[in-house]
Amino acid sequence: MKIGTVLRPVLVLLLLALVLRPQWFAPLFAPLAPSGGPVIYERASLLSLSLSHLALVAAASAAATVVAVTLAILVTRPAGAAFRPLSRTITNMGQTFPPVAVLALAVPALGFGAGPTLVALFLYGLLPIFENAVTGLTTLPPATMEAARGIGLNRWQRLWRVELPLALPVTLTGIRLSVVIALGTATIGSTVAARTLGEVIIAGLLTNNTAFVLQGGLAVGLFAVLIYDAMVQIERRLAKRMGG
Amino acid sequence: MKSTGAAISAPGLLFAVAGVAALLTPFMTLAANRIVAGEGVLAWNIAGPAAVTPGLIAVLGGLGLGLLQRPASLRLGGAVLGLGGLLWLLTQGASCLLAETGEYARVSPAVGFWVLLVVLMLLMADALTAMAPKPLMRGAILVAVLGALAIILGSGALSDLSVMQEYAGRSDAFAREAVRHLGLAFGSLAAAVVIGFPLGVVAHCRAALRSATLPVLSFLQTIPSLAMFGLMIPILGWVGATVPGARALGIAGIGFAPAFTALVLYSLLPVVGNTVAGLAAAPPAALEAARGMGMTPGQRLLRVELPLGLPIILTGLRIVLVQNIGLAVIAGLIGGGGFGTFVFQGLNQTATDLILLGALPTVVLALTAAIVMDILVDLTRRLPEDAT
Repeated sequence: MKIGTVLRPVLVLLLLALVLRPQWFAPLFAPLAPSGGPVIYERASLLSLSLSHLALVAAASAAATVVAVTLAILVTRPAGAAFRPLSRTITNMGQTFPPVAVLALAVPALGFGAGPTLVALFLYGLLPIFENAVTGLTTLPPATMEAARGIGLNRWQRLWRVELPLALPVTLTGIRLSVVIALGTATIGSTVAARTLGEVIIAGLLTNNTAFVLQGGLAVGLFAVLIYDAMVQIERRLAKRMGG
Repeated sequence: MKSTGAAISAPGLLFAVAGVAALLTPFMTLAANRIVAGEGVLAWNIAGPAAVTPGLIAVLGGLGLGLLQRPASLRLGGAVLGLGGLLWLLTQGASCLLAETGEYARVSPAVGFWVLLVVLMLLMADALTAMAPKPLMRGAILVAVLGALAIILGSGALSDLSVMQEYAGRSDAFAREAVRHLGLAFGSLAAAVVIGFPLGVVAHCRAALRSATLPVLSFLQTIPSLAMFGLMIPILGWVGATVPGARALGIAGIGFAPAFTALVLYSLLPVVGNTVAGLAAAPPAALEAARGMGMTPGQRLLRVELPLGLPIILTGLRIVLVQNIGLAVIAGLIGGGGFGTFVFQGLNQTATDLILLGALPTVVLALTAAIVMDILVDLTRRLPEDAT
């Protein structure tokens, strides 16, 4: 905790500097670049790549959240109960599919560019969110449910005012898992010509330029770690508010 | 309302609708060579009526049997029948379509085939879930399915398909990359167990170490794989260049070493975390009894906490194995070998079949690993119950 309060602002500043003023780091990266070769990636600014990377992840995760939570609600209603074993099988087996394979298999179907990446991120992102939302909606305290029924709430009111808020922390954990996977998979999306920070790493790998690999890797790594940390903080705060 | 009779299974209805819709989309693709986009051919046009009809009847019959609610074995039979029909259509279509075209022509399965395959496999999984077979039975089913797959691939019935032609052109490379892929996935698992298991045991005993290691490991886990693999390159390149003897061991910035190290780092959290969770899962009463019998802390660990925590520890290994089989694909980007080599070669050449040649074995491998590990976890979970 104490380390976190010091480390967090430092990492945020480091990331901002890296993305906004990469040339500041040129002396640091210079020994890693091939002699005479470029030190800082200049074909696109790190800022625009970051924004398009984050936009891709945000769009896919938002869509996955809406669809996965809707499906979780349907499956946990009495009418949808017949689909629950099937949905569990799909999430269990689906999560064993490597994200890279999902991405690679989306290419033959959808061609190159942001499209297949978006679809792969969306499909893969559904699973952890759905799994956690179902867990949240099926492990509600029976006493609370009984009380909600007792004070005369109908099924919709129970869903909106009791079940969904109670399932929120577990669902958020699922969203966090899904966002972290999406950030990583989007990086690989650069191999299918999506505009993400992975582009810098791959350019580095192709031209044997370790300086590119390092700056791209650092930027993506810092984004992932900081976003993960922020979502953990939100979950903690929420859990505290609901507990007290 | 429906619950009184309930003769029709709701998922079965979904499968039937999806399956019939898939039959209306192209079943196979015929292309002039391996790079250009082909044109889709509907299922009933891939060969003459005499060849196609039995396959179509089997697929529709299988979907129909899947509609039944009651005997799950009949739904399973439906799935097997449908898959058989699918295979029949594929073999008939491949030879018939190729017979009419030039020598560079390629036939491959299209959307319709893939959707039907997924639908029928889900029907199979759904039926098996309902039958709830015992762990050993599940193992037998897995062996039967893999055996059938091996026989079909080995028989050459599918050798006209484009993916198999890609394979035929590079069967040596395929075997080499398969060994490499397995080496990366299982080797990094072994290394992670050797490092992570003792670390987990010590962390179980010392709370300070526990609260220091687990957050660090979970942060490592969040670093995107491509970045992790990339960051390993300068680090291991430096180690290879400066540490005497490291280069002789094959440690260098590119190739096997950085991929292997990245995989080990990713594996540590599930191994350490689940070891700690597993050892902590022993019920207080059991620990109390062990203490009452005069066991030393070491004996308690070996005879009580470890056996009781084994299912959770094995679950950690399942996570690692499935995750590493998938992540090892990325090794293909940094010259580390594995099936990823084909995936990324295929992406570069826009050769769909080469992508499939890398991606399909990875998926089969990951699924197989998951099922085998699930069986092991169930078996260890069963033991303590039988003992009581």
